[in-house]
Amino acid sequence: MPNKLIADREVELNDEGFFVDPTQWTAEMAPVIAEEVGVPTPLTDQHWLVIDFMRKEYFENGTGPTVRKLGKASGVTTKELFQLFPKGPAKLAAYCAGIPKPRGCI
Amino acid sequence: MTSATESATAGDTGPEPIEKVSIIVSKGALEDIYPGLIMANGARNEGIEANLFFTFFGMDAIHKQRHDHIKVATVGNPGLHIPTWAGGFPGVSALMTKYMERQIEKLDFPGIAEFVEMISDTGAGLYACQASVDLFGVDRDDLIEQVDDIITVGEFYEMAAGGQIIFT
Repeated sequence: MPNKLIADREVELNDEGFFVDPTQWTAEMAPVIAEEVGVPTPLTDQHWLVIDFMRKEYFENGTGPTVRKLGKASGVTTKELFQLFPKGPAKLAAYCAGIPKPRGCI
Repeated sequence: MTSATESATAGDTGPEPIEKVSIIVSKGALEDIYPGLIMANGARNEGIEANLFFTFFGMDAIHKQRHDHIKVATVGNPGLHIPTWAGGFPGVSALMTKYMERQIEKLDFPGIAEFVEMISDTGAGLYACQASVDLFGVDRDDLIEQVDDIITVGEFYEMAAGGQIIFT
């Protein structure tokens, strides 16, 4: 599992590039990661709303939310989510939020 | 500087990711419609471009009067594991449908009408089949507003070019 330097800190990523240990994440890393995965920067308040929601869900439930849960509970609609994170919100937001990829079909 | 995804697979190109899927929904039972919708939604979640093409009884999923009344097929459906004669009694399909809908809600999956709307919000294209529209005498107004267009099979093939076609 490759280690990587993000925002001057070393983090461990799995084979798909997701954080192995979400506690290694810091807020400074989010914009750096966002740029790498194709999320439009600078990150807006709505981006941060989603990122915070993803981390909250992960630490409360052990896994990040699916797109549907994001659309229903984060305060950001499905349409907006796909504008903020163009190529797959659950996946890209998980990258930015330093949590593992959420599993779920819907 | 390598990206988060590139560094993880440096030196290993792996298979080509799928870029676009065009999914045909051709049948009208609940268990026939969900798979196509899940494939489309799943594709969008992975950043894959997706189009849904509703034809024949699949059009019920985008029909204003019908999309809330889609049922489970209980006759001649061996997957249900109930004898065909039992499935044919009045009310059995409605009962089975209610049961399935309860399970679907427990898992917080959306109902078909809400799901189609959600999929449209993800940026997937929704299309109705021209031939089926003619065959069933359906008007554009009978279809939900999220339908992007009514297209022919030739237009579907043009739209599907370069991607994968999934028939359900």
